[in-house]
Amino acid sequence: MIPSSVDYTRASSVGEAIRLLAENPDAKLLAGGHSLIPAMKLRLNSPALLIDIARIAELRFIEDTGNAIVIGAASTHADIITNPLLRALTAMIEAGELIGDTQVRNMGTLGGSIAHADPSADWPAVLLALEAQIKVQGPDGERIIPAVEFFTGFFSTALDTGEIVTEIHLPKPTAESASAYRKFMQPASRFAIVGCAASVTVKGGVISAANVAFTGVSDAAFLDEGVASALVGKPATLENIEVAASAAAEGDMHINEDHFASQAYRKHLAKVYAKRALAGACGL
Amino acid sequence: MPKITLTVNGKTHTHEVEGRLLLVHYLRDTLGLTGTHVGCDTSSCGACTIHFDGKAIKSCSLLAAQADGSSITTIEGLAPEGELHPLQEGFKEEHGLQCGFCTPGMIMCAADLLSHNPDPSEQEIREGLEGNICRCTGYHNIVRAIQYAAQKSAVAV
Repeated sequence: MIPSSVDYTRASSVGEAIRLLAENPDAKLLAGGHSLIPAMKLRLNSPALLIDIARIAELRFIEDTGNAIVIGAASTHADIITNPLLRALTAMIEAGELIGDTQVRNMGTLGGSIAHADPSADWPAVLLALEAQIKVQGPDGERIIPAVEFFTGFFSTALDTGEIVTEIHLPKPTAESASAYRKFMQPASRFAIVGCAASVTVKGGVISAANVAFTGVSDAAFLDEGVASALVGKPATLENIEVAASAAAEGDMHINEDHFASQAYRKHLAKVYAKRALAGACGL
Repeated sequence: MPKITLTVNGKTHTHEVEGRLLLVHYLRDTLGLTGTHVGCDTSSCGACTIHFDGKAIKSCSLLAAQADGSSITTIEGLAPEGELHPLQEGFKEEHGLQCGFCTPGMIMCAADLLSHNPDPSEQEIREGLEGNICRCTGYHNIVRAIQYAAQKSAVAV
């Protein structure tokens, strides 16, 4: 499979990438390319120009700013899961290790994945559960978008035309908080049929805060408020987790269906994986 | 058309290439290095695995232009001319190949694994090869071949 003709250029800075993007409305940004190039090979996407941002040094770093871990958007999945700074953010490590395979993790990037916003991608659920802030830059300057406002629908984000994801800010966990990610994956593609990220704060054995986010279940990753609200104020026990998890993926929402999993099966899996992710986060 | 300069198996090459040219086609068709195979062409099977700046990647999902300025190693460059790399020797000794189609990708992925985990457990080998598919389903001997190479390399050190 061969992509259609395309021009290629490499940007050496974020500023240059933004300028090139503004000058070329039919251009696409290329980072690891592990979503875009397969789509181009299938002719699902035929940009006139690729602006390669993978080697922009200011986009590839991971640092501790005191109250957050900040990840440059062009950091690869492998960069993330091997970086000691991420160790306390268990859900990031657990999700990253389940993305694709060694070769894919060596090329694919965090920024590329979230900008692409595949409804079955792992990172969006984790970023929602960990209350990430996403820094983007465009012709009008920088702005911060909370993860909960970033993923707006099927392959859709809050990014405006001409904007680039530059940084992902993850609040550092406290001594009382923990997270986990569990997924039921499509065995060939390893994309999530259902993926669940859970983050909890447990004080004196009682859950004082919880986030439960899903990917693969609906047209975009989402926070499941029903499960989270059923947990807050309750002792962190498997029984309470099971009751709360039974509320997963309920209410008026679209549930995906394909030849791997029916709507009913996906809803069932959401409850099972909410339970597993929450139990993992609570250390049960 | 982008002009690229890259090092492949220690030799520098400069070519003008189409923007859409995939790296695997550049290696096979432009440079004649046909040891790197195209299997699924959808970044699932791993037959096209090469080393890109020292890391295993799938060359069917990368443009040649992305490799400008990079150092590439293919199966042809793993061992000096006329010699076998311990992994190549392991695949021979342990009957790690049947049809042989997946073998170059398996070896290049295993070389990446051994570079950061010189003494992997069987489980770590199996997990390390999750991105490589053997259509003959000859996984047991592939794992043995990699264990052979790990032992041989340990002895060599």
